[in-house]
Amino acid sequence: MSSLHPTRAMPGPHDITRVVLDNGLVILVRENHAAPVIVLEGALPAGSIHVPREQAGLANFVASMVMRGSEHYTFDAFNDAIEGVGASLSVSAGDHSTEFGSTSLSEDFPRMLELLADCLRRPTFPAAHMERVRAQKLVGIQERDQDTSQIASLRFHESMYAGHPYANSNLGYMETIPSIERQQLVEFHARRYAPQGTVIVVTGDIESERAIALIREQFSDWSGPSPQQDLPPVDTTMRSERLFYPLADKVQSDIVMGCHAVSRYHEDFHALRVANTILGRFGLMGRLGETVREEQGLAYYAYSTLDALPAGGVWYASAGVNPASVNVAVESILAEFDRLGAEPVPDAELEDSQAFLTGVVPITLETNEGVASTLLNMEWHNLGLDYLQRYNSIVYGITAEDVQRVAATYLRRENCLAVVAGPAVEQNE
Amino acid sequence: MAEPNTEAKTVRQTLDNGMLVLVHETHAAPVASFWIFYRVGSRNEHSGLTGISHWVEHMLFKGTKSYPRGEFDKAVSRAGGIFNGMTSQDWTAYFETFPSERMGLALDVESDRMANAIFDSQETEAERTVILSEREGSENSFFWLLSEEVQATSFQQHSYRHPTIGWRRDLETMTRDDLYDHYRTYYTPNNSIAVAVGDFDAARMLSEIEQAFGPVLPGPPVPDVQSQEPAQIAERRIKLTGMDPTGYYMQVFHTPEAASDDFFPLIILDAVLGGAKGIGLFGGGTNNRSNRLYRALVDTDLAVAVGSSYRPSIDPSLFYFYATLAPGCSHQEVEDAIWLQIRRVQEEGVRIEELHKTIKQTRAQFAYSSESVTHQAYWRGFSEIIADAEWLENWLSALESVTVDDVQRVANAYFQPNRQTVGWYAAEGSVVL
Repeated sequence: MSSLHPTRAMPGPHDITRVVLDNGLVILVRENHAAPVIVLEGALPAGSIHVPREQAGLANFVASMVMRGSEHYTFDAFNDAIEGVGASLSVSAGDHSTEFGSTSLSEDFPRMLELLADCLRRPTFPAAHMERVRAQKLVGIQERDQDTSQIASLRFHESMYAGHPYANSNLGYMETIPSIERQQLVEFHARRYAPQGTVIVVTGDIESERAIALIREQFSDWSGPSPQQDLPPVDTTMRSERLFYPLADKVQSDIVMGCHAVSRYHEDFHALRVANTILGRFGLMGRLGETVREEQGLAYYAYSTLDALPAGGVWYASAGVNPASVNVAVESILAEFDRLGAEPVPDAELEDSQAFLTGVVPITLETNEGVASTLLNMEWHNLGLDYLQRYNSIVYGITAEDVQRVAATYLRRENCLAVVAGPAVEQNE
Repeated sequence: MAEPNTEAKTVRQTLDNGMLVLVHETHAAPVASFWIFYRVGSRNEHSGLTGISHWVEHMLFKGTKSYPRGEFDKAVSRAGGIFNGMTSQDWTAYFETFPSERMGLALDVESDRMANAIFDSQETEAERTVILSEREGSENSFFWLLSEEVQATSFQQHSYRHPTIGWRRDLETMTRDDLYDHYRTYYTPNNSIAVAVGDFDAARMLSEIEQAFGPVLPGPPVPDVQSQEPAQIAERRIKLTGMDPTGYYMQVFHTPEAASDDFFPLIILDAVLGGAKGIGLFGGGTNNRSNRLYRALVDTDLAVAVGSSYRPSIDPSLFYFYATLAPGCSHQEVEDAIWLQIRRVQEEGVRIEELHKTIKQTRAQFAYSSESVTHQAYWRGFSEIIADAEWLENWLSALESVTVDDVQRVANAYFQPNRQTVGWYAAEGSVVL
């Protein structure tokens, strides 16, 4: 390749502008003038872990309600302003944070910022909308509770994190949503929506100085508490267990099975990430895809996930199979767990996964959305602006011994919880 | 060989073996995407062999002599690429997107498996259960089952009545030779379109494509799709029940194909009623909370979700309305509310501001999708399959030339009670059925 045009190099300290406002809000901007588009992504420190079990769903409820009315916009005016220019704007709650974002043509970006600031800072929580949103959430929960893959995943997380804030569903439960009161929304917003700990990333067709000035205009006079992110550690004691959740009128069973792993900040994180790529990501979903789908034809999908939550992660496999094949599939997956810890991964296989993890980065960074979410992730986890410059050596620094060691340490048959949701037919051993 | 058309931004050339090649150079990011489209999908299928196009698509991941099973996907991933295959009613497509210097691998793999896929008997059997599993996963959803039933009922003759995944019995009985015959019939250079978009030199890319695909021998012309759907004269209704408590509603009308003069007025109508959509397979659309149906059904607590959908197709297909019922509301209430909105357009038309809004939304969608070489390549191939190259290039100007009268006219022409198929899903024992 010829010498790289500045906008084509990996984002890094040379082309990311980072500013911290006096109120603690962090702004990152990276210019990209390839298309007349600006993408904003951000996060603030309000998540489902910040509410008690009996209010599960509250953070998500607040995120839905902030777009239902704010000081300067009714719900209809808000939607007209966004949709009239073909833009999109979203706010949604996760475990640790509420993420927000907008995509618009460059010319409409100032308006998007104004809308975003109004809904994040000055929501009015109109009572009529509250009941409508509540009904929508209850139907969403009703649909989730009939979905084998969502139930398997939910019950897996609830069991792995029993007693910990991570156990609670973001969406909430049929038992919690009906009793959430308006005052609880108002209080949660006052307590957790604050500039301290909030990150805003902008990428696209705008000069950095102008983007920062526009954000200052909307957010520099924002003040609030300094919400804490502290969490108790996760209890990782586990024993081998199989849980089954029957669902009427279903044809397929979903399996979610795995073990406790590590936090995003643990020294084993990158070794686990490479190991997970080998196990259930690479090519047509790694070793799990090869044995469960390709060789045995048991499932349309079989893959693995490393969910390295800050207070303690989980590492698990997912597969959708015919009810008659549940036991064979579970045993095949366990055999792959065992093999990863018992045998060193062949050099070629390790190099394949390393080449994928590093090689795919240019595609991830092709769009403004990809750049914005990468930068947000870097800032949220304090990885440093030069993370992408260091990334290849981190990935290639992982050895076959590292992979075997982390698999043997974390992915243990005797610690493995298997959750199955599906038709109520005979499938227990 | 025909002279490449160098005036258009996209270089267009037909190889001697009949393969159409579209090449578009863009240097916004150091990536490139290669797509190959085959003019085959469930539209080309007959009873007894439904789902065969989709299954053939799966078999192309099962290996050739040069790339035994697993080797191709590993090679692409190793090169930092992403890949997939997909089957629709009208077409089957495969793509690879890479850092641009790795594009040669895509050409090598796709030209190889265009003719040399093995269709090993054992691999075929292993894939049978994978596809049954794919179907069973979908069958877990009553919304999916309702869609399948509505589609099958709305068409009596045309092959669009079949689900792309295929009917279960056909998936159980189809043989390796059926699959191989289908492959050899439709996977020919003269029935395919190659599209490359990205960070490369267009002339060089064109010559590399010609080198890779030029030697593939052409096949005989593919069989025509004969079936034509007779005009629907009577309303059709489905009532599906099950154990899931959430109620779903679906209503479809027969509407014309992408190349029809009425296509763009119907696109506007879809945007006004149910919100603007991305074009084709990709593109997210906007929040969709300011359209007429949302305000009439969701803001009034009849439904928790509502929408409409009108997708481009080769033959005349369907305009969809769908809703997820709010607790305590009946299917009849939802149906009446949707009809009220249809009648409003039929009687009063739409406002000029609604046309302008759709055009601005579309302009924005084009800008967003222009960021991705994968989307750009997809669009070009898709346009060629569904209509022709100009169809996509003229999209915005075609929308701009639609009048409010056109929109009112198509609403009256296609949305009539005797031309509708309506599907209700309700929990067993529910009072509404």
